[in-house]
Amino acid sequence: MRLPLPALLLAGIAVAFFALPLVGLLWRAPWSNAWVYLTDDTALTALRLSLVTSLCATALSIVFGVPLAWLLARVDFPGRGAVRALCLLSMVLPPVVGGVALFFALGRRGVVGQYLDDWFGVTLPFTTAGVVVAQTFVAMPFLVITVEAALRQLDPRLEEASRTLGASRWYTFRRVTLPAIRPALVAGAVLAWARAFGEFGATITFAGNFPGTTQTMPLAVFLSLETNPEEAIVLALVMIAVSFTVLAGLRDRWFGAATQPAGVAS
Amino acid sequence: MAVVAVATLVAASCGSGDSGANARSDVTVFAAASLTAAFTDLGDAFAGVEPDVGIRFSFAGSSELVAQIVEGAPADVFASADLDNMARLVDAGDVAAGAPVVFATNVAEIIVETGNPNGIVGVADLADDDLVVVQCAPQVPCGGYAEQVLANAGLTVAPRSFESSVSGVVAKVTLGEADAGIVYRTDVLEAGEGAAGVAIADEVNVTAEYPIAVTADASNPADAERFIEFVTSDAGQQILERYGFGAP
Amino acid sequence: MTLDARIGLRLGALDLDVELHAEAGEVVALLGPNGAGKSTVLRCLAGLAPVDSGRISIDGVVVDDPADDVFVEPEDRPTGFVFQDYVLFDHLSVLENVAYGVRARGAGRGRARQSANEWLERFDLADHARRRPGALSGGEAQRVALARALATNPRLLLLDEPLAALDAGTRATVRRDLRRHLETFDGMRVVVTHDPVDAHALADRVVVLETGRVVQAGTLAEVTSHPRTRYVADLVGVNLIVGVVLDGVLTTPTGARVVIADAADGSTLATIRPHSVLLTRGDSVASSVRNTWPGTIVDIDRLGERVRLAIDGRLPLTAEITAAALDDLALRAGDRVHASVKATDIEVAPA
Repeated sequence: MRLPLPALLLAGIAVAFFALPLVGLLWRAPWSNAWVYLTDDTALTALRLSLVTSLCATALSIVFGVPLAWLLARVDFPGRGAVRALCLLSMVLPPVVGGVALFFALGRRGVVGQYLDDWFGVTLPFTTAGVVVAQTFVAMPFLVITVEAALRQLDPRLEEASRTLGASRWYTFRRVTLPAIRPALVAGAVLAWARAFGEFGATITFAGNFPGTTQTMPLAVFLSLETNPEEAIVLALVMIAVSFTVLAGLRDRWFGAATQPAGVAS
Repeated sequence: MAVVAVATLVAASCGSGDSGANARSDVTVFAAASLTAAFTDLGDAFAGVEPDVGIRFSFAGSSELVAQIVEGAPADVFASADLDNMARLVDAGDVAAGAPVVFATNVAEIIVETGNPNGIVGVADLADDDLVVVQCAPQVPCGGYAEQVLANAGLTVAPRSFESSVSGVVAKVTLGEADAGIVYRTDVLEAGEGAAGVAIADEVNVTAEYPIAVTADASNPADAERFIEFVTSDAGQQILERYGFGAP
Repeated sequence: MTLDARIGLRLGALDLDVELHAEAGEVVALLGPNGAGKSTVLRCLAGLAPVDSGRISIDGVVVDDPADDVFVEPEDRPTGFVFQDYVLFDHLSVLENVAYGVRARGAGRGRARQSANEWLERFDLADHARRRPGALSGGEAQRVALARALATNPRLLLLDEPLAALDAGTRATVRRDLRRHLETFDGMRVVVTHDPVDAHALADRVVVLETGRVVQAGTLAEVTSHPRTRYVADLVGVNLIVGVVLDGVLTTPTGARVVIADAADGSTLATIRPHSVLLTRGDSVASSVRNTWPGTIVDIDRLGERVRLAIDGRLPLTAEITAAALDDLALRAGDRVHASVKATDIEVAPA
């Protein structure tokens, strides 16, 4: 198949655009000192914290995001468009603004936060839980938007067929809907995880920065940039390596569509 | 091919924002974030005295600015929040011949919520575990000063967060999320109604010295010198004092 | 064991007001043009769409009654549904598809599989048990869909245009098989179709829907000979003749010979539209028409400007002529006529 040259050229420029910063980092990396930085307590703690919190945030995004996507895709209620815009808002908000908004909601004096504090003794700012909250806030919309699109494209008769056969709504969801949207769910979860893993602005604003509790990798990188750019480069490369491994490890077929449109026999 | 040409044009035009008027008399000043309000005023006053010279400011953390200048950012003047960062720039060879001049001082101060609801009277109170205390991260100048103050007072304080900048500390206190933090006096004044300040005893306090210098690659060293002279003049010093800075 | 349904529903441009009954053991065909509301009626019966007014009860149990605030969900109704293009579950094997309903209703995996295997045997699909729906032919997919619906032992079986997704070649075979399988089912069956041949082959009773209203209901014979609307006449009132074709001539069991133009062989179904039948009084007149049969007029049915005549003879036919022609020829019940049809006006299909 002859590939069109203009398209190839533009695509090539795009690949270079993404590759160059990485090449730059690799070139300036202090390879002789890298091991010292890598085994530093700060770095390992931050990495572990980042992985734990981002995975929790992804899990929360799935648990709450899938029902939300289902609601937006399947139930026609007044103001649905506004609700959808509201739920996707954090994708366009500057993350720091998101962090400040989270204060007003869940902080010590927050609308809901003050009751969390008074009644349950639960505080979110400056805690690891707060980090998870901030990450979930920015990451969930990515999952919602992907899953909602998939649900909308699904033939509603598949679920109808299931119900006429005697399956309850939940059984139908488990055995028909979920398998059908699996590629979108995987894609959405990966996007959400990646966003949570790299989250900085909302985290540092809402949860703060304390090694071991709230200092995630992005925060550690940012701070080490102040006094030790070499260390920052090494930590940044670690983040890139982790992310790259996850993204590259995803199999095509997890994302792939079924070989035929769902529900239609030949 | 037409598509490639268009794409390049778009990219180029997106980036050409401020390549406009670079008149002979423009001076670019890179100054520490804590100097934002004071220097903006100084710039206006300077324009009154030397109307032919245009002043452009870039405010950020001192170490960030050092990094930018070393990488080739077009600064004519650098004003740092501490001596260490200026020293780094000197070591990198990016400061013009002649020693940097200390033009102002700042002292650390405790920032608390308006009305001081927790009744904090001094640094010792910060050791109270029930208080939510935030501090600048040790990697930034104000964090280094805070640590010195606490060391001088022989205290161990467990902050809930190490903020990446002074504004982070101020924000958390004014928003009501933190009870107290250690910042500069100028920051407390700037917060106005939003916060209150508690002085730190002189014996334990530290003085931050602010140096200023012309950069080695300044495109306009003569006007840059004039700006520095203005800053150190009586007129300039008065403005700085208004914002809470001390004499050098 | 009956189905009693009164359905009142507004859905978009459709205004539905239908009454429908079915007894155990009978097949009711729901006929009508596109947009008449046939599929909507099926969906209401299955519980996929609630009615605005009316009442649906299956075997005496009310499943939908807005006035009494009763609505039974689809999964709780004793209904089975076969969709127009089958809607098989692509991610499951044929066996798992057929077992789906049994498992969904609570059976263990082992028992469900066993039951599914039995059904596959019955439908001659045992060889395909492990395949995916994507690998099946149209006829096979239809059988899987039917087996899947029947595996849950529904009281009411609903089929939405079961043959529409097939090409003309396979349709005849599948229609025959479908009839056979439906005959083994003892519950109530409602089939939606727009093909009169399907109705003739599968149904005992016919209900005709036009723009949301029932325009005619009754046995096939009644509707065929006395259509109430133009649509019904065109749709249902066709002549269907079964016989064996040899050398371009179809011979009926009664010995009548029909010359056909299209190629056919063996057991064949010929369709003659009433308006293609020419009538001449008395003895035949020589003409280019190859097919002429003598008969007696037994029934005359006027429908506006057109008249339908039931003609009895070795080859019974329904003919349609204009009222003017009827008057001109002064035809009356009991008159002897010759009916003629051009071979090119006869459609054939394998029987």
